[in-house]
Amino acid sequence: MWLFLATEILMFGGLFVGFGLMQGVYPEAWVAGHHHLDRVLGAVNTVFLLCSSFTMVMAVHYASTDQKSKTVMNLGLTLGFAFAFLVVKYFEYSHKFHDGLLPGRYFNLAGIGGPPQQAMFFGFYFAMTGIHGFHVLIGIALIAWIMIRANRGDFSSAYYTPVDLVGLYWHLVDLIWIYLFPLLYLVS
Amino acid sequence: MSEQAHHTSHSPLPYLLTLIALLFLTGITVGAAYVDFGSSTVNIIIAMLIATFKASLVALVFMHLRHDKPLNSIIFLSSLIFLGILLGFCMIDLGSRERVYPTGLRKVDPPPTAAPAAAPPAAAPAAH
Repeated sequence: MWLFLATEILMFGGLFVGFGLMQGVYPEAWVAGHHHLDRVLGAVNTVFLLCSSFTMVMAVHYASTDQKSKTVMNLGLTLGFAFAFLVVKYFEYSHKFHDGLLPGRYFNLAGIGGPPQQAMFFGFYFAMTGIHGFHVLIGIALIAWIMIRANRGDFSSAYYTPVDLVGLYWHLVDLIWIYLFPLLYLVS
Repeated sequence: MSEQAHHTSHSPLPYLLTLIALLFLTGITVGAAYVDFGSSTVNIIIAMLIATFKASLVALVFMHLRHDKPLNSIIFLSSLIFLGILLGFCMIDLGSRERVYPTGLRKVDPPPTAAPAAAPPAAAPAAH
């Protein structure tokens, strides 16, 4: 599992490196791009993901101590936070679509003005948050699957490996967002 | 693999404390973004240091690396080391290329007065 997580870090890492380098080349475009992201929504999403990581680890804890109903409840809370994250993300995306900040050739600078290299900033923005959001979707599916199995009574202190591994995956998704949030939303 | 050998602490209290610390550090990150520390580079470094501290908390407590086999920590850290190599060499390349082979990459294009919607080529065409 940790080997898989390492490959995930390297995949996102390439994007982070590209983002950082282009920030060094076009700082003014990056700053202009930051101003079109909503810090409050980003911070709210950070809180959602951190809380979901907490409920996930509690689910693992209760699964390892034979407390079935609490495991299911915490997995449900994790799902709730994950959906809340996606709902906020949906509002952010639709706002940007409306402003014409789509990636690639669909980018429309006229909507916002400023340095044209902002197209690259929003390309990185959509690539990074999009792949991250896709990971959240996969995480939701995995957690739902684990929740059904936990409710069925598949797990005990003797066997809870699936809960543990899904937990690790979910924490990695959280971990990547911990870096994405200050890089995309906060640097001014 | 990584599971079940750990959980020496059976109280969930450390998890709760970690969550509080993470939320607190998020608040600090947001607050620090509104303070000008002299240059944007310093601001980025501060934000990244806090993020790294948060990531360490998640990895050590939530992901149980603290109580896990050392091999898993080695795997995790090795991915970060290779990421550092990638970033380091790319930065060396970007910093020194201009002297060897002028690309004009840093040159900002003129304001797009006549260029409306179709303006994706932000970096590539400027090189030639």
